[in-house]
Amino acid sequence: MDTLVLKGLTKKFGELVAVDAIDLSIKKGEIFGLLGPNGAGKTTTISMLATILSPTEGEARVCDHDVVKEKDAVRHCIGIVFQDQSLDEDLTAQENLFFHGQLYGMSDEQIKIKSKEVLELVELMDRKDDLVKTFSGGMKRRLEIARGLMHHPKVLFLDEPTLGLDPQARRHLWEYIKKINQSEGMTIILTTHYMDEADFLCTRIAIIDHGKIMALDTSDKLKDVLGGDIVTLQVSDADKMKTLMEKLECEKCVKKVDVFDGSLNVTIKDGGKNIPKIVQLAEKNKITIDSVILKRPSLEDVFIHYTGRTIREQEPENRLRRFHGR
Amino acid sequence: MEGKAIYTLWLREVKKYWRSKPRVIGSIAQPFMFLAILGVGLGSAFSMAGSSVNYMAFLAPGIIGMSILFNSIFAGVSVIFDKQFGFMKEILVAPVSRTSIALGKILGSGTLSFLTGIMITIVAIVIGGISLSSLTFASVLELAALMLLTAFVFVSVGLIIASKMADMEGFQLIMNFLVMPVFLLSGAFFPATGVPSWMKVIVYANPLFYSVDGMRGALIGASSFPVAVDLGIMFVLSILLIIIASYMFGKMEK
Repeated sequence: MDTLVLKGLTKKFGELVAVDAIDLSIKKGEIFGLLGPNGAGKTTTISMLATILSPTEGEARVCDHDVVKEKDAVRHCIGIVFQDQSLDEDLTAQENLFFHGQLYGMSDEQIKIKSKEVLELVELMDRKDDLVKTFSGGMKRRLEIARGLMHHPKVLFLDEPTLGLDPQARRHLWEYIKKINQSEGMTIILTTHYMDEADFLCTRIAIIDHGKIMALDTSDKLKDVLGGDIVTLQVSDADKMKTLMEKLECEKCVKKVDVFDGSLNVTIKDGGKNIPKIVQLAEKNKITIDSVILKRPSLEDVFIHYTGRTIREQEPENRLRRFHGR
Repeated sequence: MEGKAIYTLWLREVKKYWRSKPRVIGSIAQPFMFLAILGVGLGSAFSMAGSSVNYMAFLAPGIIGMSILFNSIFAGVSVIFDKQFGFMKEILVAPVSRTSIALGKILGSGTLSFLTGIMITIVAIVIGGISLSSLTFASVLELAALMLLTAFVFVSVGLIIASKMADMEGFQLIMNFLVMPVFLLSGAFFPATGVPSWMKVIVYANPLFYSVDGMRGALIGASSFPVAVDLGIMFVLSILLIIIASYMFGKMEK
């Protein structure tokens, strides 16, 4: 039984279809990424799975509990870190954790042990008695993640976990996320519109746009759809370059060869492994290669392939949203 | 489990109130000014008109009612703040029933309003609005019960409105159209006996009237209805409004 099962999950806001009949299964221990531009339906999907929104159609099960009929059971087994901040700034870090533990029915003793543990994990132990309003953005984010871990959830939802963080803090958070996934076997579902984040963290990625899943696979396999890596070869002699091109086109592993800007662009599977083969082939034919560049296609390329545009074409107004309520 | 959640939510309200010293001071200073300035100013006008009633003593229950009303409605403001600053999501995603969340808020904010009411009572005793001789065991009990019920009634009203509102602007508007008439037409400043009948209808439809009337009955023995009737009406109203508030909270999404 998979930890999360979505069947035709749909959410409409009036005329707008925010999430459009999503089918999905997520296994225990996965770090699953929902990658898409803002407004793609990522947060709405997570909100339904976390029982804050009711689906219009379809169903979803989390830890084998229905998100509509067994809300409390679902709530017990999930933790969630929201996109917008959800800490009480007038309370201290410790009090925020205490409050959370109480709401989840933990005993005072459990709360004491667990809050120490999570505060150490996110390195906020020395600030535990300070009011949250004195914290930096990165510290608040870390505290939210710590809070999400308090009641030891089986599934952790992270909605844009590193939005608005500086690169160093992002790196740091990524390490935490990997750590808790590995040490606790926790299933993690995260949404992001950062390609590198999805690439670095996720075992599988769903590219989502206009409420639909456009593609779903591991990062590597998604990239393979584009036909493989691109090896750029520089050959100074034009005749020899033509010979090499003909020879390469006969090779099995080569998908496509074209001349671009005075060099050869070879689309090839497993570029790294096959470069020696190309070089050998050239040597056999007495052709000198001046330089070789290997480029792996990025998730960005995959995204463009499926949606026809870059993810940055619709950058958001995230910071503003909080002040308008929702 | 649910009891623990209610306690936690209650504790949060109390802690936050106590930490916000301006709120503590403001909630006492405003009624104090009303009582001192209006009590002295209008009091002299009353005695000039030949009335034998001590106006300060007449006004004190009205001001206690006012401070509870203002403080209780603030519970709605705190809900809207929780929504805007995201904390409401943390509460709504927890494995706690919506009824418990509403109850925690009602008890928390109700406690604060009740405490404010007690502080104003003490202020009124000090500046002469309430004479110690009027305080018997029974009247103190009646006063306390009325203050608590008033708090529950108006905290619930605040929560009901807040559950439908997304931002402060809308809430403020409603408050201005609701709180001021409720306050002014509660009989806090003038007795409801001599007003035209159309106004009497509105006054009798106002929960705060029964609260002030009951407290006045308990303290100076002069009320439109027997104290027991006022208590009964406030009790039924508070139960009804708590149920409605819990229901509205249950329907709230995000």
